[in-house]
Amino acid sequence: VEPKRPSDHGDMPDVPSQLPLDAAGWGRFFWRQLTSMRTALILLLLLAVAAIPGSLVPQRTADPNGVIRWRRDDPELFDLLDSLQLFDVYTSVWFSAIYILLFISLVGCIIPRTSHHLKSLKTPPPRTPKNLSRLEGYRTLPVAGDREGVLARVADVLHKKRFRVKTYGDSVAGETGYLRETANLVFHFALVGVLLGLAFGTGFKYSGQKVIIEGQSFTNQLASYDSFTAGTFVNETSLTPYALRLEQFEAVYEFDRNSGLPNALDFEATMTLNRHGVSSEKSLKVNRPLDIAGTSVYLLGNGFAPWITVTDPTGRDVFSQPVVFLPQDVNLTSVGVAKIPDGLAEQVGMVGFFYPSAVITQSGALASVFPDPTQPIVTFNVFTGDLGLNEGIPRNVYDLDTDDMSVVAGQDSGVPPLVLGIGQSQELPNGLGTVTFESLPRFISVDIHRDPTQVPVGIATALLIAGLVTSLFVVRRRVWVRVVDTAEGQVVEVAGLSRGDDPGLDAAVGDIAEALAKVTSSKLSS
Amino acid sequence: VTETLATYSLIAVYATMGIYTLAFIFATMDLAKRSEAIPAKLPAAVAADRDLGAVAVSEREPHEPTAHHAPGSMFQKIAIGVLVVGWVVHFAATILRGIAGNRVPWANMFEFGLTATLLIVGVYLGSLFWRDLGYLAAYVAGFNVLALGIVTVNFYVDVVPLPPALQSVWLVLHVFVASLATAFFGLAAGLSVFQLVRSRFDARAAGTPRLLTTLPTASTLESLAFRLNVIGFVFWTFTLVAGAIWAERAWGRYWGWDVKEVWTFIIWVIFAGYIHARATRGWRGSRSAWLGLIGFGAVLFNYSVVNIAFTGLHSYSGL
Repeated sequence: VEPKRPSDHGDMPDVPSQLPLDAAGWGRFFWRQLTSMRTALILLLLLAVAAIPGSLVPQRTADPNGVIRWRRDDPELFDLLDSLQLFDVYTSVWFSAIYILLFISLVGCIIPRTSHHLKSLKTPPPRTPKNLSRLEGYRTLPVAGDREGVLARVADVLHKKRFRVKTYGDSVAGETGYLRETANLVFHFALVGVLLGLAFGTGFKYSGQKVIIEGQSFTNQLASYDSFTAGTFVNETSLTPYALRLEQFEAVYEFDRNSGLPNALDFEATMTLNRHGVSSEKSLKVNRPLDIAGTSVYLLGNGFAPWITVTDPTGRDVFSQPVVFLPQDVNLTSVGVAKIPDGLAEQVGMVGFFYPSAVITQSGALASVFPDPTQPIVTFNVFTGDLGLNEGIPRNVYDLDTDDMSVVAGQDSGVPPLVLGIGQSQELPNGLGTVTFESLPRFISVDIHRDPTQVPVGIATALLIAGLVTSLFVVRRRVWVRVVDTAEGQVVEVAGLSRGDDPGLDAAVGDIAEALAKVTSSKLSS
Repeated sequence: VTETLATYSLIAVYATMGIYTLAFIFATMDLAKRSEAIPAKLPAAVAADRDLGAVAVSEREPHEPTAHHAPGSMFQKIAIGVLVVGWVVHFAATILRGIAGNRVPWANMFEFGLTATLLIVGVYLGSLFWRDLGYLAAYVAGFNVLALGIVTVNFYVDVVPLPPALQSVWLVLHVFVASLATAFFGLAAGLSVFQLVRSRFDARAAGTPRLLTTLPTASTLESLAFRLNVIGFVFWTFTLVAGAIWAERAWGRYWGWDVKEVWTFIIWVIFAGYIHARATRGWRGSRSAWLGLIGFGAVLFNYSVVNIAFTGLHSYSGL
C-alpha cells in the first residue's frame, strides 16, 4: 500500500478534478485545496517572504531601543509602519495568519496520512506483478530443490534483510522502509509540538532583569526586579524564593596593540546562593548560566558603581550609596545619575561621567583609554531645583529630567564640573554640601528566566531531527521473488520497485539475488 | 608567534587563490574542449553498453542517474589535480590560522569564509568518489577564488582572543555545521545552474549545444542537486537547533527573532519549500531548481549583508 499523499503530490495519479455540486462538496473541495502540496508550498514560501521585514525594521522584542529611535527620527513613517505591525512582525496578524494556515494545512495532511500508515503497517506487501522483467533490477538465477523449500529460504533471506514478507503461491513479496513514512510523520508532528511549545511557553515563562552591585543581594521576588515580564499564568507564588549575593566581579582585558582597543578575555562573577537557609558559592560566567530551582541566571552586562557620599554643610550624610554608571563604550566610559531629594537646602541632581582609566585629551576633555580601573575619575554636572520625584510619577533612575532644574556646576554654569579621584571630596557650589567618591564597587546585570516549556520543546526538537534524518535517508522498497520453470530448468526471478528517488535499488536487488544464490548455492546470471 | 603564524596563514591563502585560479583555467579549457567536438569514444562506449545489454538475461533500459555522459578531457584531470594541491595549501592556511588563534578557525567573518570555502572544495573533491562531477570543477574553482578574494580583501582581521560571548563549545559545533551546510548548498547550486541551462537549451528547436550534451541530463542533474541539498538541509536544521541551544545558554532565550535568527529561519523555510517542491506536481524541474538557487542566495546574503549591514546580537564579524 502506497503512503497516502495529497492529490497533487508527484507520486499520485493525476485525476482531473471536477467542480463540486453542493455545499459539502465545496467544503471538501476547499479542504483538499488547503491540504494540498501546492498550498503548503506556497504558504512556506510566503512564510519566508513575510519573515524578511522583521530583519529590516527593528522589532519591539529584539531591539526596543531601535524602535524608539525610529519613532523619534520619523514619527510619520513610524505610525504608518506601526499600523502595519512592522515592529511586531512575528506576532502580527498577517504573519500569524500564514503560519496558522500552514499548520492547519500540515495537520490536515498528516492526520489522514497517519491513519493510513497505521493501516498499511498491518497490510501485507502487495501481490507479485505478472511480469517481473519490466521492473527494476530484474535478475534470474537457477535454483534446485522443491518449490516450497526455495520459497521458504527466499522469505528467510528477505526477512533477514528487514523486509516484511508475504508468500503468494509461487512467489514471495517483500516490502521494507516503512520507517521512512513513520519518521516523516514523526518529523511533522514534532514540528507541531515545537509550535505548541512556543505558543504555550509564552503563558508560563517569565524573565526579569536585575542590576546587582558587589556586596549586595538579590532575592527572587517580584518586587526585587528592575524589570519583569511574565506570561498570563505566572503569579507571585510562581517565583521560587532564593537569594543571590554578588561577592566579587572580575573582568580580564588585554590591550590589542594592532587596534588600540581592549579585548575582553574573561568575565566572572562570584556569587553566594542562599536557598532554604543553605549557602553555597557559585561562579557565574557568560555562556555559563546558573541553574537554580528551575530558573536560569545569565550574566549579561557589567560596569562600575562608584560609591558616592553627599554630606550637608554640617557634615551629616544625606546620600551614601553606590551609583550605577552605564557603560557607553569599550573602554567603559560610563554615564550615571545621582538624585538627592532630601537633606540639602535644595533638591540636587548630578549627572556624571565615569572614566576607569582617565587621561586628559588634547582638547582638555577626559577620556578613558582602558576598561580596567587604573585611574578612576568621576565627574559631575550639578543641577538644583525640582527633581520631579514628588508627583508620584515613576522616574528612570538612569535619567535626570532637568526641565525644572538649573545647572550650578559644569556645562554653561561658569562653574567647573566636579572632578573626583577615588577617595577625593569636593564642595558643592553655593555651600550646599560636599561630594565624596568613596570606593569603586562593580556591578553586574543579570537576566533571570524561567521557561517550563523548554524541556518539552527540546524533546520535540530532538524527535524532529531524528525524524528528518531517518525519513530522508531510509528508502521504501518492494522486492518480489518468483519461482518459475523454464526450458533450462527451475529459476527464481528477482525484481524491485521504488517510488521517488532510489538510485541504489538496482544494487539492493543485486545484493538480495546474491544472498539467494548463497543460500540456494546456485550461480547468479544477470 | 601568533602574528608570524597568522602571516604564514595569509600567505598560504594567497597561494591557494593562485592555485585555484590555475585550476579554474584548466577546468575552463576542459569545458571548451567539450564544446569542440563529440569525443570519438562516446558512441563506441554506448555501443559497447548495448552489447552488454544483449548478453544480459534481462534487457532493461538504463535508468537515469546512471545515464551516460561523456568523461572530461585531459584538462579536467589536470584541473582536479591542481584543485587538490590548492586544497592542501588551503587546509594548511586554515590550520595555521587556528593554531595562531589557539582556537577553532571560524570565530569571525574572515575565518568563517576561509573554513566554508575549504569545506566547499573538500566536499566537492570528496563527491568525486561518489559521482563524476568533473564538469563542476570550473564552478567550484571559480566560486572559491572569488569568495576567498572577497573575504580576504574585505573581511580580514588580525587574530584576537575569543571574547567571553564566543567562549562556548557551541561555537565549534554551530558554526562548523553551518559552514558544512553552506558547502553542500553551494555544490548543489552549481548543479542547479547546469540543470537550468541544460533544460533551457534542451527545450529549444535548435537543439542542445555540444558542451551541454557532454553533461548528465537535466533530470539527473536535478536529482544530484536534490540529494546534496537534502544533506545541506539536515546540517542547516542542526545549525538552527544548535544556534537555539547556544542562544539559550548565552542570552537566556532560545529564540528571539534576532536578525541572524530570522535569516537562518528564512533559509530553512526556503529549503523546506524546495524539498516539498520536488514532490509537487508542476514544481519539479526548473521551478525547484530556482528555489534551491534562491536558498543558496539567501545563505550568501545571510553571511555577507546580514553580518555587515544589519544590527543584531550576532556581531562577531570582527569588522
